Amino acid sequence: MTTLSNAPEAPLASVKDLRVTATTDSGREIEILKGVSFDVHRGEMVALIGESGSGKTTIALSLLAYVREGCHFAGGQVLVDGRDLTKLSESECRKLRGHKVSYVPQSAAASFNPSRKIMDQVIEVAEIHGIFDANTAREKAIKLFRSLSLPNPDTIGERYPHQVSGGQLQRLAAAMALLGDPELVVFDEPTTALDVTTQIEVLRAFKSAIVERGMTGVYVSHDLAVVAQISDRIVVLKDGEVQEAGTTDQIVGAPAHPYTQSLLAAFKPVVPASASDDTSRDRVLETRDVVAGYGVLGPDGRPQVVAVNGVSLTLDRGQSLGVIGESGCGKSTLLRVLSGLLPAASGGLLLDSRELRPQIAQRSKSDLQRMQIVFQLADTALNPAQTIGNIIGRPLTFFKGLKGAEREKRVIELLDMVRMPAQFRHRLPRELSGGQRQRINLARALAAEPEVLLCDEITSALDTVVAAKVLDLLRELQRELHLSYLFVSHDIHTVETLCDRIMVMYAGKCLETFNASDLHQDARHPYTKLLVSSLPTLDPTWLDNLKQDPELVRKFAHA
Amino acid sequence: MTKRTSAMIGERLAVAVLSLFLVSLAVFFITELLPGDTAQELLGQAVTKEAAAILREQLGLDRPAVLRYMDWIFGLFRGDLGFSLVSNRPVSDLISERLPNSLILAAITMAITIPLALGLGIIAAIWRGSIFDRAISSAAIMFVSFPEFMIATLIVMLFSVYLKWLPALSFLPPSASFTTIVLAFIMPVTVLVFSSCSQMIRLTRAAISDAMATPYVELALLKGASRPRLVLRHALPNSVAPIVNSVALSMSGLLGGVIIVETVFNYPGLAKLMVDGVMTRDMPLIQTCSMIFCGFYLLLIMAADIIAILSNPRLRR
Amino acid sequence: MTSASIKPRRKVRFRVKPLAAICLLVVLFWVIVALFAPFFLRYPVGDLVSYDYFGPMSADYWLGTDYLGRDIYSRLVMGARYTIGIAFAGLILAGTIGVVLGLLAAAFGGLFDTLLSRAIDTFVGIPNLLLALVIIAGGGSSIPVLIGAITAIFFPGCYRFTRSMAVNVNALDFISAARARGEGHFYIMIHEILPNIVGPILADLGLRFVHIVLLLSGLSFLGLGVQPPYADWGAMVRENIIGISYGAPAVIIPCLALASLALALNLLIDNLPQRIRDHLE
Repeated sequence: MTTLSNAPEAPLASVKDLRVTATTDSGREIEILKGVSFDVHRGEMVALIGESGSGKTTIALSLLAYVREGCHFAGGQVLVDGRDLTKLSESECRKLRGHKVSYVPQSAAASFNPSRKIMDQVIEVAEIHGIFDANTAREKAIKLFRSLSLPNPDTIGERYPHQVSGGQLQRLAAAMALLGDPELVVFDEPTTALDVTTQIEVLRAFKSAIVERGMTGVYVSHDLAVVAQISDRIVVLKDGEVQEAGTTDQIVGAPAHPYTQSLLAAFKPVVPASASDDTSRDRVLETRDVVAGYGVLGPDGRPQVVAVNGVSLTLDRGQSLGVIGESGCGKSTLLRVLSGLLPAASGGLLLDSRELRPQIAQRSKSDLQRMQIVFQLADTALNPAQTIGNIIGRPLTFFKGLKGAEREKRVIELLDMVRMPAQFRHRLPRELSGGQRQRINLARALAAEPEVLLCDEITSALDTVVAAKVLDLLRELQRELHLSYLFVSHDIHTVETLCDRIMVMYAGKCLETFNASDLHQDARHPYTKLLVSSLPTLDPTWLDNLKQDPELVRKFAHA
Repeated sequence: MTKRTSAMIGERLAVAVLSLFLVSLAVFFITELLPGDTAQELLGQAVTKEAAAILREQLGLDRPAVLRYMDWIFGLFRGDLGFSLVSNRPVSDLISERLPNSLILAAITMAITIPLALGLGIIAAIWRGSIFDRAISSAAIMFVSFPEFMIATLIVMLFSVYLKWLPALSFLPPSASFTTIVLAFIMPVTVLVFSSCSQMIRLTRAAISDAMATPYVELALLKGASRPRLVLRHALPNSVAPIVNSVALSMSGLLGGVIIVETVFNYPGLAKLMVDGVMTRDMPLIQTCSMIFCGFYLLLIMAADIIAILSNPRLRR
Repeated sequence: MTSASIKPRRKVRFRVKPLAAICLLVVLFWVIVALFAPFFLRYPVGDLVSYDYFGPMSADYWLGTDYLGRDIYSRLVMGARYTIGIAFAGLILAGTIGVVLGLLAAAFGGLFDTLLSRAIDTFVGIPNLLLALVIIAGGGSSIPVLIGAITAIFFPGCYRFTRSMAVNVNALDFISAARARGEGHFYIMIHEILPNIVGPILADLGLRFVHIVLLLSGLSFLGLGVQPPYADWGAMVRENIIGISYGAPAVIIPCLALASLALALNLLIDNLPQRIRDHLE
């Protein structure tokens, strides 16, 4: 990595007052980029940081002379080596893409063609642009696989994409982008879809490749901590406009713009919720050796695929239990089991010290009413064909028999409880923003006046700033209504800020449960430590200084 | 082939046999149990009840339906197709005269339609939005909307009435010369090609368009791939299943077209035989003909399913 | 794109394409003709009004006369009633049965769904005309049998389409939320699933209507549909087919009527807003 160069040479790429507009189905024009400008000098890695809708991916794609369907360049220039990419013909675009500028996609799992071997896809760039013959390209690819520390570099290319893990595919995608020796590499959120322990490996491989080659690139991400490890300079974007640009040290260390400051606020060290001095241990929810999964039950009473493997937990009234673990550890399945959506194969459930039947149909209405589940994606958790009023009103009618004006009054109260104006009850879910939808999602659960809320990654799909507000709301609601939360998340940070106790899951099993304030203690399970140490920090030297036990990583990480 | 693939193909075969059984039940019980009396029909309206009863007994129509179904189905297995009530000849004789004619007609049509439709569909998908694409797509939607007999009528008007190039009927004397035979096939085949092509073109283009919207095609585009490469190398291999399916569907539609075309051109094929059978309510004939048609259809669908399974790399190895 | 919270509530608007508007007019035209056919008649349908068979278009006989010297215009108008009426009756029956069964299968799932889907899948792709021939062979040709045949032939397709749409919706979290609340299957079917799939289902029924019209006229063309002296458009082509050698309008006009209706409907549905069209095929 070089520091910001003051050399007089012209930048390799230069975006000048770029405007991109999109045309909607109803024919309206929306401005996605409202005049964005920045430069990329040779040997420099520039990060584009922003939340969803900030236009960061649109900018990244414009560097490949590409806009997605329905969008078009409305003004400004994208100069690479002095040529304006917005004015290229189709065949000039083809010559540029993959050869001069290349692209590492967000989800390599979806971006590899499922019906072709990996090697064919990696060396396709050479074939398209006639750079080298197939054998040379293959040798070069294997070298790249090796330098990106992929396992079995000589043979991995002979596999099909579905036979390789997500973290490996992401590195293979990088190899594909580097094969044609491009002058500029565009990384589009290349680690977002990965688990934290996997992300580390991929980031390491990327960073060493970047340093080794003195690569010039643009790195798009929503995660400041990730970007701090990789980039020389950071451009902060919001709603299609540049908020602030500067060196990594300056943006991370001394942000000038209030928006950047709000992004950084999410990384403030957590003051763990003080383990409440409420000594009256009133147990509201308990599970004993719960086993659940999918497929036919075997002769031993265990399902074909076991997703939750003998989990026992306790939740006290007014407390929060956070469940953390990486994708596929069974944490979401656990919530489905508790809610009855996936009946447990064996084990016991207790609500308020009384037995809770595994099937929804066998539970009493008051049992159902006392425990409510809130789903991760508010987009799919709200019926798009119903108004907000009906969505929140239905549990009122179902559980309490409320109708007409009485119901309307209560709907307004509930909207107020989640800090939403009353007139929103006439709207449809699609007319709301992501954060607003998640509030409605919460309000619907609260309508039943539950004692326990089962929260499934409810802040994971939200932007940092919005998620922080939803967490604040959860805390306030807990105080006001004396709610108990079972809060499932892959994000340790979120769980640490919200919960009193934390349970760590791995491969369907509970590894350990402890007070949130004890998270960083030495007595923790090695996997818990691995999870904690894998969480990137804003310190730009964090990745270089990070020491992890390779044995441990091999044992637990999916890479 | 992996164990899983063989298991899936085995399942397809089992499903096909089961389907054939269901279809035979449906065909038999619809033709036998719906109101409408074969004996009455055969003898005309004027006969006495007694005469009809005697005939019914002769035909075995007084026995329980289940037994008659068993007789019929085991007869089919033995190759005993029954006796045509109207022409008084074994059904197998009637069919063996006509079946080859229909097979030739269908084979010629398929040989032209499948490459033509796939080619046009793929080219339209490659140059999506171009004038060529729009012309093909508009023509396809037009011919999907036209009934087969209308296309047939228009073609007869053009070639036989105005241009007087071709005979309006496809009757073939045994001594017909090669040219006569070729000429006789031109119009029926043209009609069938038009009517079965359009649906296949539409479905092929739609299947490729779906694959074109995937992230892996976008990535290929960002690698600098040309449009033909995007379609042929990236989208097409992943659209095999829906395309093969659409071919099977269009070919099953072709069977419907054959029924109309053989009637319009008075072509001595199986479909014409069946339509005549329906007119005269010759049940044994109808039952056998429909089983043959359904058998062909199920064979097509099964072949399509198996090709789709084999085209999926997740199952291949 | 996330939007500001003070965004005014707006109805979703669609651009109406001119082509779609024209097609809608054509379809409406034929529907009105079918509904009010008796008011548009100029001569009784079965009457021989002219000694001149295959007569030309004239002030008396707007579209000429047919092979018996009957007024083609009047027969065409009544033909619209037969074609559209029978097809529509069949569509309603097939649609109702198919949609209800499809929703039930999706909401209940399990063995009920598996058995029903297996059985119906067998019949869904069998050539329509073939099935129709079998049914007419068994039941004879009358308008009730025709409607019954259309119902039997087309409800499996409606079932399959509805089921696949409903199964997709059924997998979404808001259905899980309703189930976790303890809602019954019927509430979920009618209030949660159905409102999300009516648009695509109606569009799909529109496409099926075209297939029904083409099947019905095909049957009539074979002489197995509407029986003389009445005639739908397909039967009009059949009875006048000998006039083909004179290039008589008697053959062409009912063909054009059929083509205009089918094409207009197909194009109309092809030009529907993307959101609905995405689910078709």
